[in-house]
Amino acid sequence: MSIDVIVRNLPYLMEGFKVTLYLAAISIVLSFFLGTFLGMARIAKSALIRIPATVYIEVVRGTPLIMVIFWIFFLLPIVVGHSIEPFTSAVAAFVIFTSAYIAEIVRAGIQSIPAGQVEAALSSGLNYWQTMRHVVLPQAITKMIPPLVGQFIALFKDTSLAYIIGVLELTRRATIVNNREFRSFEIFTCVALIYFVVCYGMSRYAKFLEKRRRVGERTESEKKVVPEPEMLVENAQA
Amino acid sequence: MNYDFDWAVLWEYRGLLLQGLVITLQLSVVSVILSTVFGVIFGIMRLSKNVVVRMIASAYVEFFLNTPLIIQLFFWYFALPMVFPESVQAWLWAHNYEFVSGVIGLTIYTSTFIAEAVRAGIQSISHGQTEAALSSGLTGFQTLWYVILPQAVKVVIPPICNQFLNLIKNSSLAMTIAVPELTYQAQAVEAYTFRGFEAFTAATLIYIALTLTVSLFMSRLEHWSAKERQAAAA
Repeated sequence: MSIDVIVRNLPYLMEGFKVTLYLAAISIVLSFFLGTFLGMARIAKSALIRIPATVYIEVVRGTPLIMVIFWIFFLLPIVVGHSIEPFTSAVAAFVIFTSAYIAEIVRAGIQSIPAGQVEAALSSGLNYWQTMRHVVLPQAITKMIPPLVGQFIALFKDTSLAYIIGVLELTRRATIVNNREFRSFEIFTCVALIYFVVCYGMSRYAKFLEKRRRVGERTESEKKVVPEPEMLVENAQA
Repeated sequence: MNYDFDWAVLWEYRGLLLQGLVITLQLSVVSVILSTVFGVIFGIMRLSKNVVVRMIASAYVEFFLNTPLIIQLFFWYFALPMVFPESVQAWLWAHNYEFVSGVIGLTIYTSTFIAEAVRAGIQSISHGQTEAALSSGLTGFQTLWYVILPQAVKVVIPPICNQFLNLIKNSSLAMTIAVPELTYQAQAVEAYTFRGFEAFTAATLIYIALTLTVSLFMSRLEHWSAKERQAAAA
């Protein structure tokens, strides 16, 4: 063991950590919006909207993330006619992949709101979008937050796959340092710890939000809430 | 879009893709079995009364749950052998260590998710049952074995099945440590022919077929076990 190799390469690795953070932040925001629309489309009345959304979600959820990354990498240049930055390709792949999982979370959240509320809102004169915007989504979102954070943790870990198409993020830089220094033990332990600190922090935050939500519900309804089984991240790729 | 599709290359290289599929299946089956065993053990350990046992299990689960699988694979593949003397290293490389480290990585990573599912499942069984079982004279182990686990299994099966599906998809990451599974072979076809589009379409379809088959089989199993229970109750 030598700490030396870590100290020497830490600035280089931290540069990569910054790229990892950018990758994750951009992908989280975009996949949240795309996922919300897909989730709503998935339960739309019109089959024309519902069926394509369902197919998209099911196909993506059946495919490994690596495949999506390769697809973007090989398919997009053919469609657009010129090569694309690895960073952009990676973001596109993460958004396509994660939005399918977020769509399922959104769908479950919306479906957990009693249908009577939607009917009441519609019959009181609100249109579909107003009902969604003012009645359903504000309630659904509190239930969706814990699984959403879980999905964002998964996405944060997934950004390590951008290494495959040459994005110089944390994992890529770790392998570069490793090829130069031959100190796999120290380097990969250090990088694992960096990822761990961020993901563990996010998961603690999710647990805190979950606890607060349960307390809130209890005081709101003044009745005993049956404790739900701990939330589980349905998907977690690498 | 001017790209001439050449699907014939797939037929030409079908052998490679098939070999890849076989390795993917081997990797998945071995890791599914091992990760279930480890997951159940660590899930139960996390609820132990003994602080040391609980801490060990929590540290294991939290650490491996919150680090990327790819880093874990690199660690088992590149770093672990360095601990051993050179003769052992040579032996490892001669005995398909890529596959072994792939199994280690997938098993440990998946077992943390299974452990969380098992823990949640056990916690969903009301505490009164444990107390009733203990006060009726069962030992702690008997309570777990005869009262808690049979009920927890029902709750736990769907999330564990989900993890099996994730494991199959995650096995594609083993290509980064040179395990010649399906994704690796698809990339090989791309390298030989520059037909990335066709090669990855084929591999994607195989993965989708695989996950669909497994999830159909599992929902059948759930359906069947629900029927069994109804029959037993009647």
